[in-house]
Amino acid sequence: MLAFIFKRLLQSVVVMLTVALIAFALFRYVGDPINNMVGQDTTLEERAELKERLGLNDPFIIQFYRFVRDASVGEFGLSYQHRRPVKELIAERLPATLELALVSAILALAIGIPMGVYTALKRYGFLSRTFMTISLVGVSLPTFLIGILLILFFGVILRWLPTFGRGDVVEIGWWTSGFLTASGLKSLIMPSITLALFQMTLIMRLVRAEMLEVLRADFIKFARARGLPTRAVHFRHALKNTLVPVITITGLQLGSIIAFAIITESVFQWPGMGLLFIQAIGEVDIPVMAAYLVLIAFFFVVINMVVDILYFVVDPRLRVDKALVNGQ
Amino acid sequence: MIQLTLLQINNLEIEFPSRKSVLRAVDDVSLSLEKGDILGIVGESGAGKSTVGNALIGLLEPPGQMTKGEIFLDGNRIDKLPDSEKQKIRGKEIGMIFQDPLTSLNPLQTIENQLVETINLHLELGENDARQRAVELLDQVGIPDPDVRVKQYPHQFSGGMRQRVVVALALCAEPNLIIADEPTTALDVSIQAQILDLMRGLCKQKQVGMVIITHDMGVIADITDRVAVMYRGRLVEHGATEKILGNPDHPYTQSLISAVPRPDIKLIRFPQVTYIEDVAEKNTEIDITKHWLGKARDYEAAPGPLVELKNISMRFTTKPAFLRQNRIFLDAVNNVSLDIHEGEVFGLVGESGSGKSTVARIICGLYTPISGAINFAGTELTALKKQSELDPFRKQMQMIFQDPYSSLNPRMRVLDIVAEPILFHQLAETRREVEIIVKDLLEHVGLGAQSAVRYPHEFSGGQRQRISIARALATRPRFLICDEPTSALDVSIQAQILNLLKDLQEELGLTMLFISHDLPVIRQMCDRVGVMKDGFLCEMKETEVLFENPEHEYTQHLLKLMPRLEGLSLEGLDMAPQPNQN
Repeated sequence: MLAFIFKRLLQSVVVMLTVALIAFALFRYVGDPINNMVGQDTTLEERAELKERLGLNDPFIIQFYRFVRDASVGEFGLSYQHRRPVKELIAERLPATLELALVSAILALAIGIPMGVYTALKRYGFLSRTFMTISLVGVSLPTFLIGILLILFFGVILRWLPTFGRGDVVEIGWWTSGFLTASGLKSLIMPSITLALFQMTLIMRLVRAEMLEVLRADFIKFARARGLPTRAVHFRHALKNTLVPVITITGLQLGSIIAFAIITESVFQWPGMGLLFIQAIGEVDIPVMAAYLVLIAFFFVVINMVVDILYFVVDPRLRVDKALVNGQ
Repeated sequence: MIQLTLLQINNLEIEFPSRKSVLRAVDDVSLSLEKGDILGIVGESGAGKSTVGNALIGLLEPPGQMTKGEIFLDGNRIDKLPDSEKQKIRGKEIGMIFQDPLTSLNPLQTIENQLVETINLHLELGENDARQRAVELLDQVGIPDPDVRVKQYPHQFSGGMRQRVVVALALCAEPNLIIADEPTTALDVSIQAQILDLMRGLCKQKQVGMVIITHDMGVIADITDRVAVMYRGRLVEHGATEKILGNPDHPYTQSLISAVPRPDIKLIRFPQVTYIEDVAEKNTEIDITKHWLGKARDYEAAPGPLVELKNISMRFTTKPAFLRQNRIFLDAVNNVSLDIHEGEVFGLVGESGSGKSTVARIICGLYTPISGAINFAGTELTALKKQSELDPFRKQMQMIFQDPYSSLNPRMRVLDIVAEPILFHQLAETRREVEIIVKDLLEHVGLGAQSAVRYPHEFSGGQRQRISIARALATRPRFLICDEPTSALDVSIQAQILNLLKDLQEELGLTMLFISHDLPVIRQMCDRVGVMKDGFLCEMKETEVLFENPEHEYTQHLLKLMPRLEGLSLEGLDMAPQPNQN
């Protein structure tokens, strides 16, 4: 188990270095960093001097090393557009995105899994068919359209919910939270539903398919033949066996909830990282783009690592496979 | 007071309605069973025997339903009970054992959890006593170190041990009736013998009634007191085991029993199964001296044996690791040397994991051995490196696989499947000629030329195996490797396929490597036999000598476990000449 985690850590480091290389290449070779820093009236000598002082004449490896060293402590330099350290900008925006992603993920799981189980058990029920039809809509409608429709209905026509921003936030250290105020919570509702809808339908369909597969398995039939009550068969034996693939997909999806919150954040003007990133692209703000790239890669790597460890918790076949090889 | 019959089934009828028609899976079946008795229900696939088992325990697969009849357990009618009452009977009154021990247990729970859950459901014992009982049960079914093993997960047990756990689970609440649906089909012979012993012991000792559902006459002969023979949903015959095996009345039973490969004597051919309908059409005779199939077999006679293995070893990496000392290997084949002479049928027998299939794959070049040499007709194949040098030899060897369902490409027509090797090796001039050859081949294996335009899914298992044989013949091979060619088939179909192989072998003078775990089949088919265990070749001899006088300890052990099927009649059989024993 420890060896496994160590191996995974090593792989993660390789992935992070690769992403860092791409981010660095972006940083260094897209456009001229000197041009972005100085005015038009700077002389060529001054430019050369600045280039020398910033270490841009050093060999590629040295520069890359410096980039990785700085990035590992979160230092990505100054944003061209905001004239502030990228670190600060990200720290400001991160809580908004993470809170939104967390609420969406919880919504997707808490509604998606029970719906999946229900539609699998009552395959031909009226409610199941309704869920399946609605889920088709969820999968096929683009996120921005759902967002806009929600805004139109609940924001413009009914005027129940705010249509943009985070509402009032409470500062806890450097973290800003919208969970503690009424307006913050109200503002969360529509963006989180918009972001969760696709994941929810995906999880529901996945759980349903897996559950149907497991219910056909021999051990389920054997459990019934031992007289176990239906509820125990479905939830103690079947559900846990469906969760292994569900965990994989959910892990990957959680990563993409964070990474691709961009669209939802744009629609609702949510002051998160996605919005920051979109604006950075518009302004060719390369330090912000590089930082965002590295950060998202980092989230993905961490989530995948957690998923792999969760496998060990859920599935004993992985846990003791060593003992099996030695023991028999 | 009169002792009540444990189980009484009257006029059972089960139907599976579908959109177009109604399939009557079980038709007017009446059976009874006393305490301590073992009743076998035997029949081929589709006979409805498993459906009877499922009906007894109230778990008919939808849309199946009982349309007629009554089932009594201990004098109480159970088939009309509501679901909640049936659930109380399951496990407590009736225990059930399924075929595949590898999939019968929940992989994510310890054995203890699964046992305790079931014990607590039926007996009010409390947590600690239930754990105690779980350990006792494992001990009863013969699992060593039960107090340690009980904490383990199913994947830490071997197949036979898992089946013991399944038996323990079925016994949790001491049911009076146990239904075992093919309890040993997925197991090796030695494990099968142990499990059958265990079940018989438990049955007699606890005075439990048992219904065993199986297609295997060996199991029936071994363990049951009485037998019911089913055919297409009907009960054709019912009586004491010795009577049915030795002197069956019904023609179907007679056909079925005659089709079972005999362990005791070698016959020239398998008796044809006459009762079974849709027997393949009569093979059209081909004049082999004039036909394409017979042409170009003028291979020079091999100087020595046709196939010769010298000290072949093969090793698989079961756990890869960066450092060599951390890798874990499995020595699948260990220093095996054997030779197969031209025109002979060489049998390779052994239990699963003995390396017999690996040997076959090494010979035809699917695996490269780590050491040793393979000679084919005097040429050392292991010394050839280039594909183009190997191809002429590949053409001379063909393989027939075990599973007729997965060894044919479902998206290709039969014509294309059989034509592929002919086209690859460029054995015919024109596409038209190829088509004619394929049709002849298909007729020759008893399928009929019109089957060429159909797809594999339109054929039954036995017919598909005929297609595989036609495909193997399409390169005009000299050497045919049959890897368990009939293990997936019913006995009657098995007899047909084995007869076909025998005929073709004689007619074309083929050399064959015949791999099987089934000793009676080996006895009927092979001239010489090699016995394999754990990658080693233990013994290699003439078949009849080996069966009469086994020398190696393991061979003796295997032969002792072979179901004897005593009491079969010898009337009207063509016995093969016995080898001179001097």
